[in-house]
Amino acid sequence: MTSRDTILAAVRANQPTPTPGIPTIPLFERPPPRSLLDDFRDALVSMGGKFVPSLDGKPLDSLLKSLFPDGQVVCSATPEARGTRVIDRSTEPAALADVDVGVVRAAFGVAETGSVWLSEEELTTNALAYLAQHLLVLLDPEQIVGNLHQAYHDPRFKTARYAVLVTGPSATADIEGVLVHGAQGVRSLTVAMVPLPAVSC
Amino acid sequence: MRPINHAEASSHFIEAKEHLEFHDRRLWDLRLKRDRQAHGIPEWEELRNLASTIKEHTLSHLADYLEQFETQAKTNGAHVHWARDASEHNEIVYGILSGRSAKTLVKSKSMLTEECDMRPYLETRGIKIIETDLGERIQQLDAEPPSHIVVPAVHKLRDDVSEVFTRTIEAQPGNNDPHYLAEVMRRNTRPYFLNAEAGMTGANFAIAETGSFVVCTNEGNADLSANVPKLHIACIGIEKIIPKFEHLAVFIRMLSRSALGSPITQYTSHFRAPRPGTELHIVLVDNGRSQRLGMKDFWYSLKCIRCGACMNTCPVYRRSGGLSYGATYSGPIGIIIDPAFDIRKYSNLPYASTLNGSCTNVCPVKINIHEQIYKWRQIMVERNQLPLVKKEAIRIIGKVMSEPQLYRAAISATGLAIEHLPRFAIYNWLNPWGKQREVPDVPKQSFRSWYLENRTR
Repeated sequence: MTSRDTILAAVRANQPTPTPGIPTIPLFERPPPRSLLDDFRDALVSMGGKFVPSLDGKPLDSLLKSLFPDGQVVCSATPEARGTRVIDRSTEPAALADVDVGVVRAAFGVAETGSVWLSEEELTTNALAYLAQHLLVLLDPEQIVGNLHQAYHDPRFKTARYAVLVTGPSATADIEGVLVHGAQGVRSLTVAMVPLPAVSC
Repeated sequence: MRPINHAEASSHFIEAKEHLEFHDRRLWDLRLKRDRQAHGIPEWEELRNLASTIKEHTLSHLADYLEQFETQAKTNGAHVHWARDASEHNEIVYGILSGRSAKTLVKSKSMLTEECDMRPYLETRGIKIIETDLGERIQQLDAEPPSHIVVPAVHKLRDDVSEVFTRTIEAQPGNNDPHYLAEVMRRNTRPYFLNAEAGMTGANFAIAETGSFVVCTNEGNADLSANVPKLHIACIGIEKIIPKFEHLAVFIRMLSRSALGSPITQYTSHFRAPRPGTELHIVLVDNGRSQRLGMKDFWYSLKCIRCGACMNTCPVYRRSGGLSYGATYSGPIGIIIDPAFDIRKYSNLPYASTLNGSCTNVCPVKINIHEQIYKWRQIMVERNQLPLVKKEAIRIIGKVMSEPQLYRAAISATGLAIEHLPRFAIYNWLNPWGKQREVPDVPKQSFRSWYLENRTR
């Protein structure tokens, strides 16, 4: 017998009975005392992320300049920012090692945790969200769901090769519980509320 | 092999006062943070019930769900391997690496690979392994196993880390600033991420309906390990399966809240299929799990999601340190898992508990941990695994407790003894209760005499 068959046979022989049915999971929706946007902002900030409420009518490039005055290499996976480094589907991950600032648009956000959803679709090359020193994420404030139950009903979880809920920057507290940002991934994460550009037909 | 002597090992830990105090305080702080998060969610208890039911349902249909997971993962383009035990797991991993001439492996934290003792196996075969979680890397560089399943180096202070990094990765001697030390680690690790031929992750959950698996980290090191090299190997214990994404929400809401007191880990990463032009290998590992599934009293431990909440709340764990358990899994969850691997080696562990039940109360999947600890004690007695001193003491206690007059005489004699005996008579080697702690003051009156005076007639 192969190991696979040995394991499955042992599991089948030992599975406990009687067996509970599979529970239905409620969505735990409740009328929020405050707006989803307020919850999202507070959760994000508590996880060490920065929140930018709007562009104030200015172009995205000026936000980039004010946030990252020393950012030499800017790599944007969204056409909304120009950047200095081109990224496409053929970009090797290691080629992003010198990127100072990555820019990406999230598909949606989660108010409960302050998370943003990214997949290979949004990132182009997944490593952009980790090898860059800093990450700027654009999020349409209309695209925020209440909690993780609602988030996990999004069908894109089932089709993306890689999907990640990013909540704040890379962090560690492994030495005496002292919080350090930029453990292995980005040193800072900024989420800017920028409505999706109108689609022209 | 001699049984692990937890009491003796922890006495060394307790001698280092500064370490002990910090360890106790840091873990209790995590427990308090966990409480604040749990209390902030009105449906917390309902989530615990759901999590427990999902796990019990899945474990009782595990073979079907494993097959579904495998079919889906293969459809997604992943390679699926099955390992009966630790050595088969290690052989499979080595086979994958050597077949692609991979020499360097960047990996994120995985208790399963610790359990399989994978690192020495691969290292003797010429594979360089870089742990990329800061705590795990500290432990690797210091040639010690992790002492906690979530915070592996929690028993070390900043001076200890500074000493390890100075000795191994060229940190400046004497600079013990945690920010500096973390930066040294970052700069040391980055070139490995960029050049390693292979990356490895564990998995917190595996989802049958899509063949996906989920990894939770705060550093983003699993995402770097998986998204930079061209080869990703994921080692997954067969008990990690859950049916669907909608079930995942229940666990993700509780995992980091229970572990660290944060609403979610910084990165919750879902891997379904390899990136174009790369390979994804999944190794499903049994290593005793299918056997434990058949143990009437103990299969519930397979519900564990490795949050560590039971360790953070345990007074014995906080004051003895994870390394004193001499096993991959320490703390209350370790006490109920380890004897299933080796009953003789871990025969003393069920006594490293006060049976206060706090572990059970904080467990997000409602494992009856303290009841299982008690059941393991019974098994140790039945299997004659009890040390002679303990056996004799329990025999005498049993006799005293079963005879009221003897019991009452013993209680008042003990009270008198503690009040009037000189210190050396109480704090000596014959009385382990007087070791490294002060015996509390004797109450003025026993409950029985109070009751006799005050009961309503």
